[in-house]
Amino acid sequence: MKQSKGTIVGINGNMISVAFEGNIIQNEVGYAISGEDRLKSEVIKIQGNIAYMQVFEITKGLKVGDEVEFTGEMLSVQLGPGILGMVYDGLQNPLNELAKMHGFFLKRGVILDALDFEKEWEFTPTAKTGDTVTGGSVLGHVKEGIFEHKIFVPFDIRGNYSLKSIVKKDKYKVVETLATIENEKGIKHDLMMYFEWPVKIPITNYRDKLVPREPLTTQTRIIDTFFPVAKGGTYCIPGPFGAGKTVLQQVTSRFAEADIVIIAACGERAGEVVETLREFPEITDPRTGKPLMERTIIICNTSSMPVAAREASVYTAATLGEYYRQMGLNVLLLADSTSRWAQAMRELSGRLEEIPGEEAFPAYLGSRIAQFYERAGLVELNDGSRGSLTIGGTVSPAGGNFEEPVTQSTLKVVGAFHGLSRDRSNARRYPAIHPLESWSKYKSFIPQNMIDEARKILFKGNEVHQMMLVVGEEGTSVEDYIIYLKSEFLDNVYLQQNSFDAVDGATSPERQNLVFQKVLNVLKEEFKLKEKDEARSFFNKLRQLFIDWNYFDMKDDKFNEQEALINQLIEEYSGDAKGL
Amino acid sequence: MQKVYNKILSVTGNVITVKAADVAYEELAEITTFRGKSLAQVIKLENDIVSLQVFAGSQGISTNDEVRFLGNPMRVTFSDNMLGRIFNGSGIPRDKGPALTENMIEIAGPSVNPAKRIIPKNMIRTNIPMIDVFNSLVVSQKLPIFSVSGEPYNELLARIALQAEVDMIVLGGIGLKYDQYMYFKNTLEEGGALSRSVFFVHTASDPIVEGLMVPDLCLAVAEKFALKGKNVLVLLTDMTNFADALKEIAITMEQVPSNRGYPGDLYSQLAARYEKAVDFEGAGSVTVLAVTTMPGDDVTHPVPDNTGYITEGQFYLRNGRIEPFGSLSRLKQQVNDKTREDHRAIMDGLIQLYAQYIETEEKRAMGFRMSDWDGKLLKYGNLFESNMMDLSVNIALEDALDRGWKILAECFTPEETRMKTDLINKFWPKEAA
Ligand SMILES: Nc1ncnc2c1ncn2[C@@H]1O[C@H](COP(=O)(O)OP(=O)(O)O)[C@@H](O)[C@H]1O
Ligand SMILES: [Mg+2]
Repeated sequence: MKQSKGTIVGINGNMISVAFEGNIIQNEVGYAISGEDRLKSEVIKIQGNIAYMQVFEITKGLKVGDEVEFTGEMLSVQLGPGILGMVYDGLQNPLNELAKMHGFFLKRGVILDALDFEKEWEFTPTAKTGDTVTGGSVLGHVKEGIFEHKIFVPFDIRGNYSLKSIVKKDKYKVVETLATIENEKGIKHDLMMYFEWPVKIPITNYRDKLVPREPLTTQTRIIDTFFPVAKGGTYCIPGPFGAGKTVLQQVTSRFAEADIVIIAACGERAGEVVETLREFPEITDPRTGKPLMERTIIICNTSSMPVAAREASVYTAATLGEYYRQMGLNVLLLADSTSRWAQAMRELSGRLEEIPGEEAFPAYLGSRIAQFYERAGLVELNDGSRGSLTIGGTVSPAGGNFEEPVTQSTLKVVGAFHGLSRDRSNARRYPAIHPLESWSKYKSFIPQNMIDEARKILFKGNEVHQMMLVVGEEGTSVEDYIIYLKSEFLDNVYLQQNSFDAVDGATSPERQNLVFQKVLNVLKEEFKLKEKDEARSFFNKLRQLFIDWNYFDMKDDKFNEQEALINQLIEEYSGDAKGL
Repeated sequence: MQKVYNKILSVTGNVITVKAADVAYEELAEITTFRGKSLAQVIKLENDIVSLQVFAGSQGISTNDEVRFLGNPMRVTFSDNMLGRIFNGSGIPRDKGPALTENMIEIAGPSVNPAKRIIPKNMIRTNIPMIDVFNSLVVSQKLPIFSVSGEPYNELLARIALQAEVDMIVLGGIGLKYDQYMYFKNTLEEGGALSRSVFFVHTASDPIVEGLMVPDLCLAVAEKFALKGKNVLVLLTDMTNFADALKEIAITMEQVPSNRGYPGDLYSQLAARYEKAVDFEGAGSVTVLAVTTMPGDDVTHPVPDNTGYITEGQFYLRNGRIEPFGSLSRLKQQVNDKTREDHRAIMDGLIQLYAQYIETEEKRAMGFRMSDWDGKLLKYGNLFESNMMDLSVNIALEDALDRGWKILAECFTPEETRMKTDLINKFWPKEAA
């Protein structure tokens, strides 16, 4: 394809208008040439012979009359072995490699390959000469960390091809030809270990999209028990600043029982990514015995990095997620914050002078959000195996008010809502997920009827609490008061969790089952408590025992000793005197 | 080779347009009017029409005034000679010292590669318990003081600046009242810190647009000093004025406002500045303390709201005290596990009880009978406010932690405090009052 050229005729922030000759395509990449620098840009609107392009770099110093070279390619990522453990910017530039070459600062106009083209991988072919293949067919695999990384026929190959040749088992670089395919019309392709894929196009080389059912354990009790996430599902975490969105995603990225976790740090603080970046290589994943970093990919386009690349970053993350899903893995994508992505769209829309919708967001905000979450899913692959991509996004509503376009558009499409509350975070009730307002359409590993019973206490306890604010404690009956104490007990010992503690921070399903059962027994028990003071002091003691219990490792003897203490206290006060 | 133009096509707000060729985006120009010279910056290019924002404002600009393009973006001098000096929002000396033109550096440079950042690890001790115990300040943190006007935020800023053990202070004043400017100058002078300070001061009486450059000037200079190994504390007061200047330009440029007139890129604009806070491995650091006044005491106002999403917490100043609710240091957990083993427990425990006190206090105000427990909470709340929250309290962290236990023991039995048993055994005052 012949590449077109153009000339800059206007500059407004990170948007340039370019007079071009020849043909260009929507979302095509071009480079604005500013002296030594080649500034990567993407076509976002075409009108007559003017292309409007968002520049993925600072536009300082660009001039009207500067040249633009188009590439003929849409904005794409490189897919192949060597992505796991990497830290990329929103356009898949490897940040560690950039740092090695250019030091402290992100030098403008530097673009590096996402994959290491020198590294050799031991390729084991599984397809044979003569096999009929198409986009998404598996040619073989290499070992990437603990995973068998499948090598595919590029997903954009349509129709049937015959495998003409394939290399034998040996070490190859990602850029070496491994196989040659040819179709009936005689069209031939040489295939390598890697290929490129446009980020804004979902990968759909699977047989079927299924309904997500199986829980994806996060080890955060309030989520897994009350508002679970499913493998292949979607969820969102809206909350005002400081309510704990990022911390919640950080603990999830650490403890979630997914094969691969992709962290998309989208337009938020760089410092927060650094914690992950520095700590994950040091932390051993108890499930694999390997450093957590080996199952993690970080897409890092933080708030002071170019806004247009921020817009692209969530698509980059989703594409990498879909790619690993194609291997039959369970991938979890955590995006923090989708509001910053939406704002990037808003900035651009403003510069394009589009008719603004609510709060100046573009009219297509809702459909873009829906399309993004649609990229999640549990799929049956062509070989019958299953893979999933789960997407969880934080939302940062202006003023902490959920009645705003990004939160509302997101709530329409996601399967679970973990709403963080300012009141709870102010009271240090972490994680500050609101237990009465949040919801999930997915099933927990704990039986629904048990959860319903516990939630009933929460609702009733809240009612009593509200009433007490009006009529005071003296106007409340002992029975009601005990319900209030029970709901506080459930909140304190189960819903709240110390994310920064090695034991309490991650509660396995086994332990959740055990502890929840015990908590529920307390909620259902009619204790021999006659007065409010007596009731309060009993629940204080019980709470203390439970909280200490939460901090003991299940394998520790103290865990059982503490459980015995708890049983003893419950027995002492239980109504029918036979205990639990 | 400088290009000079004599025909100004339009003047709208503080933005002018001229017809000019070969002009770079964000290039500077100098405009000569009968009032004198002013800098202006290119903010939009459309064919040969160039839009410039004029730092001195557009009052008195004549259509035939001279516009001279300088061929470079905004720059500022950088050298040790800056120490003790005071500049205005265009980077020109405001004191009586000589002009500095050596070693000009670009402002608003590229951001730091996240992969080169390190986890902050050094606490800045302020001897203010509401900071040290509850929301520890950390080297390289970016943190605003949220405040309504009239609160002593500049006093607090100056106190922290003098108390903090940093190598250098860079003060940026945006719309600073003249007496507050003098206050900073005198306080730092008395504290012996002026000779290691650099001021960029835009006062309330200066043209609004000129305040726009102040954060970038401060941060560019701070960054260079940090790269040379200095630990720099940047004070920016008041960032709400900065945002208001952005708003004014955006409206002039007919951008669609997103929220109460502020432009849709307010978040990115603020982030570009605050994210300059950094700890350079093997060199120095930049810590940013800012003031964000909240119009109408409304934390959901776009300026404090966007700021809160960017910064690493905030100190909420109200009624002359740093409020425990709403105040937050997001970096505290990086340092408060290395101070004393009871630090975190005291931090959480005291606050949870204070939250309960607030509720009880409300009930009391409504005339409800107080239970025993309520009585304990009331006693606790009063002690907490007078012995911890009051800004006059000036004690080391360890003393503040001891004081926390003492207050607890004066009011409660151990299990009422929800403290972990091992800590109670170790720290609960033996001869409780
Ligand atoms: N689960 C938690 N346990 C303890 N502290 C928490 C927890 N979640 C949040 N915090 C506190 O709140 C602060 C802000 O949390 P963060 O996740 O950064 O908020 P957000 O992303 O919603 O702005 C943290 O720095 C921490 O001090
Ligand atoms: Mg966050």
